[in-house]
Amino acid sequence: MTSPAIKINGVHKYFGSLHALKGVDLTIEQGEFFALLGPNGAGKSTLINILAGLIKPSAGNIAVMDFDVVHQYQQARQLLGVVPQELVFDPFFNVREMLRFQAGYFGRGPENDPWIDEILEGLGLTDKANTNMRKLSGGMKRRALIAQALAHKPPVIVLDEPTAGVDVELRQMLWEFIKKLNRAGHTIILTTHYLEEAEALCSRVAMMKQGEIVALDSTSNLLNKFAGKQLRLSLGKVTLPQGLLPMLRVQDNGIFTFALSDMEQIEMVLSGLRAANIKVLDMQLSEADLEDVFLSLVGNHS
Amino acid sequence: MMESIKINASIRGPWTLLKKELLRFWRVAFQTVAAPVITALLYLLIFSHVLDKQVQVYDKVPYTAFLIPGLIMMSVLQNAFANSSSSLIQSKVMGNLVFVLLTPLTHLQFFAAFLFAAIIRGLVVGLCIFLVAMWFVDIHMANPWLIIAFALLGSALLGTFGIIAGIWADRFDQMAAFQNFIIMPLSFLSGVFYSIHSLPPFWQKASQLNPFFYMIDGFRYGFFGKGDVSPLISLSVVGLSFLVLAWITLKMLKSGYKLRT
Repeated sequence: MTSPAIKINGVHKYFGSLHALKGVDLTIEQGEFFALLGPNGAGKSTLINILAGLIKPSAGNIAVMDFDVVHQYQQARQLLGVVPQELVFDPFFNVREMLRFQAGYFGRGPENDPWIDEILEGLGLTDKANTNMRKLSGGMKRRALIAQALAHKPPVIVLDEPTAGVDVELRQMLWEFIKKLNRAGHTIILTTHYLEEAEALCSRVAMMKQGEIVALDSTSNLLNKFAGKQLRLSLGKVTLPQGLLPMLRVQDNGIFTFALSDMEQIEMVLSGLRAANIKVLDMQLSEADLEDVFLSLVGNHS
Repeated sequence: MMESIKINASIRGPWTLLKKELLRFWRVAFQTVAAPVITALLYLLIFSHVLDKQVQVYDKVPYTAFLIPGLIMMSVLQNAFANSSSSLIQSKVMGNLVFVLLTPLTHLQFFAAFLFAAIIRGLVVGLCIFLVAMWFVDIHMANPWLIIAFALLGSALLGTFGIIAGIWADRFDQMAAFQNFIIMPLSFLSGVFYSIHSLPPFWQKASQLNPFFYMIDGFRYGFFGKGDVSPLISLSVVGLSFLVLAWITLKMLKSGYKLRT
């Protein structure tokens, strides 16, 4: 059996009196496209920074393909490519130089140049290869930042909010390239605020809240388990029969939203209303999305 | 030229970091090499014009000739310090140090790359001043090995000190304080412009607590075969200081002090 791409074992982190991570356990298998979701301050970046070796855990450990990120950091970091969240760059060099340096730090030399060309092309940076980092636009800097994380061809790629402030076109291009890498066998771990991205791309999702993982499942299971379908009924000023209250999610200005686990429950709601002599003025049925799951799990903290 | 050097994969990491650090200062050589050379030459012109006829520190050594080794060494030291410290503080403030911190480079490799880049910048500046100064005065070298030893050890010491300052400082003004309140006074009061024997006894004693004094005096000894103290004492003080600072720096890097929280 292959070793997991990432194995997180009882990781705690204290910043002074703040308990930022409260015993996180998580295993991500090789080849997964995995999303780590959560509101600001949930501990996603802290967890990623511990994985990357930028922050030391207060307790617990993380291994990348069985190499401990603290005690075997050289092997662990060889296997890992991390795209930092902040848009940072070195103003002294152009894009190709930066990529060569980055690959060089990992022991890769001129034999790595075809891969660098591939990254440049995949991220639409070929035209800008000889442009100084300072002269790139924000979107281009973001691409260069992603390219740098990939320069040593790591099998495990971590993208910390890679599409924050990025236009739609670039987002599409970026995801096409990342999907291609995933198909080629790279493990992708993604933190994002754009839940629709996680829903469209990731096969498995972990949701964090206040330093803990509150949900961990395949994207489809999470959608089924927490949300299923949503029925929005416009009923006006009425009092719902007791039997329907467990399914009621939101009530706002005469509009009632019910969470249904299957289609049969629609008939249950409607017959309940009929029995109570309540008229349906309007009706909408929608599939739930990850945002509903997210909101129902992390609630007001988002 | 650098590309053509065949390199073993295991040392490619630190070699790449060294190459990047060298290119970083070479790209702005006008500021990092030409500017300190001009400054040193201005000191040389002004002080030699004012003092050459009035002051003779050693027998048969004109003041201008006395001044040149001190100025060279002062520039070597200041630029070695500036290289590692400014590179680190810039990378920290800009945030791009993360690119190095994410790599498998060990703390020793990190140290070595910044150290050698600092030494090379110091030596390049020193050599340029030396070459230009040759136009002004005949420069004799009594013991070239001592000159080389002090230039290497001195730039290594200040390069290491620069790494400590770069790791410690979080802002540019803190780094400027390091430059203005430690490096400048210690280098100006080290006997670059005078022999400490011309000072009152108290200040002679005080000067002997300044490690810069030993670097300047030992370096100058290599040119004239005479100095304020024995070159062996100077070499020991400078060598020992380097070892102590290198040990502190490696401890800081290994623990991740201020770099990995």
